Amino acid sequence: MTDLAQLVPYGEALSRYEPVIGLETHVELGTATKMFCGCPTTFGLEPNSAVCPVCLGLPGSLPVANRAAIEFTIRIGLALNCSIASWCRFARKNYFYPDMPKDFQISQYDEPLCTDGWLDVEVDGRAFRVGIERVHLEEDTGKSLHMGGATGRIHGADYSLVDYNRAGIPLVEVVTKPVAGTGVLAPEAARAYVTELRDLLRCLGVSDVRMEEGSLRCDVNTSLAPRDAADWGTRTETKNVNSLRSVERAVRFEIARQAAVLDAGQKVVQETRHFHEDSGSTTGGRSKEEAQDYRYFPEPDLVPVAPARDWVEQIRASLPELPAARRARLQADWGLSGAEMTHLSNAGAVDLVSATVEAGASPAEARKWWLGELARRANESGAELSQLAITPAHVARVSVMVRAGTLNDQLARQVLEGVLAGEGDPDAVAEARGLAIVSDEGALAEAVDAAIAANPDVAAKVRDGKTAAAGALVGAVMKATRGRADAARARELILERLS
Amino acid sequence: MAVMSITRAEVAHLARLSRLALTDAELDHFAGQLDQIIGAVARVQEVAAEGIPPMTHAVPVVNVLRDDVVAGCLTPEQALSGAPATEQGRFRVPRILAED
Ligand SMILES: [Zn+2]
Repeated sequence: MTDLAQLVPYGEALSRYEPVIGLETHVELGTATKMFCGCPTTFGLEPNSAVCPVCLGLPGSLPVANRAAIEFTIRIGLALNCSIASWCRFARKNYFYPDMPKDFQISQYDEPLCTDGWLDVEVDGRAFRVGIERVHLEEDTGKSLHMGGATGRIHGADYSLVDYNRAGIPLVEVVTKPVAGTGVLAPEAARAYVTELRDLLRCLGVSDVRMEEGSLRCDVNTSLAPRDAADWGTRTETKNVNSLRSVERAVRFEIARQAAVLDAGQKVVQETRHFHEDSGSTTGGRSKEEAQDYRYFPEPDLVPVAPARDWVEQIRASLPELPAARRARLQADWGLSGAEMTHLSNAGAVDLVSATVEAGASPAEARKWWLGELARRANESGAELSQLAITPAHVARVSVMVRAGTLNDQLARQVLEGVLAGEGDPDAVAEARGLAIVSDEGALAEAVDAAIAANPDVAAKVRDGKTAAAGALVGAVMKATRGRADAARARELILERLS
Repeated sequence: MAVMSITRAEVAHLARLSRLALTDAELDHFAGQLDQIIGAVARVQEVAAEGIPPMTHAVPVVNVLRDDVVAGCLTPEQALSGAPATEQGRFRVPRILAED
């Protein structure tokens, strides 16, 4: 257990030590059925209702690999610039743990389907190329509830309850090569990599990549070595880091912790560590229990996979425009700077802005609403932009209404608020709330006259040529019309009358 | 008899990984048996000369794949019918890790 008080402040740790990171990301594929049987992969079903003799490991059952899962894995490999094996086998990974009823997991060991690729990521305007060691295919495990004990965790539990609906869902593991040279940006680089990988996987249509539902899970490796050292330090592996923010925090914490260990003249222990979401810290695992001998051997119940070269080329030809290429194209189309595009991307707004532009808004209008009012509201409620109860078509409609002069920005914000509150589409909200600029010249003139009459001192100043004072009268008109007046037209009318 | 190709300690380690509680007498017994089996299998290596590609499967077939189409499952009742203990529609299993 690390004493939190003994952590070395992050900046100080980085002044003396150089980090190397590595990431292992597990992705549940979005196939309709499991990896080796026809059970559905639907999330949230009644426990043990999507199981069969194969995924329960009943005697005599035989697995057959899912063609779509192999194709999805090749898609991922190609998009990550990997080589695709011309022949490879599944392997049996033996371990005794009730999350796999067979007492082994079918995985790939020394013959992964895809090897040796890369993914470019950008952090603070700096580009890093993250090497991809391998992309392999395996099956997910069941889910356990740990009962008894105080914490609901595995340690101290009296017994466990297992649901095998998830057991056998195709799982792809993407393993990076060690990433060196990120220096102080290591935590951000780790997060940027997972973000880019998530966007890539979503774009490929191979997974719904929902970290909160566990369809994307990360293990984060971190090591630290003195700046002048020739070799890298001993790495720790932090398991099950399940949000983008946690990826960043886990690396940051491990750097601070390992720096303290090294400062004290001790050695970093190579071990599995657990990340704690609440404190952002990691604690040591039990290497005695977990450094198991998995006794891998080629899976005798499955024949080798030998993807035909023309099939691989067909898959390559069918790849969609990938996120990095798409960002470059949109940046040029929309006339944005690199920093503006990165901001948009980091805000998770590229798709939303793109769809809003397609629905009729200008790029500037779409960016203004998504990065302004809507980002503020998402931030307030702790949601992602894409989770807001508003569509790109709604935002485009509001933009068009502003452009047409039926709404000003202030009214538009009220319309957006109404849409978010579930009051209907922008037209319905504007109608129901009476939100439209007063275009009736007579009504506006009345409001202007009333404002002048109610503020004789101000009116006198304007008459004396202090036209800046007209702002107060415009304000009074806006107040009287509850923001529905066209401020520019009101100002014209005021100046006409007081000239 | 020649030097054992598998030691008693290795058999004990394998037994632990396999969650098998073996007595000392059983360890002696199985170590001897396993040694014979390994010896027999090792003779294959004498045949596996250069130029003979390693065989990985009894049948020379690749790409036995199925379409991604949902097939029938068991009901939860059927799935749990052989379980020694169940609770909340789940398999109830003994404590997984010992106390610290
Ligand atoms: Zn099944």
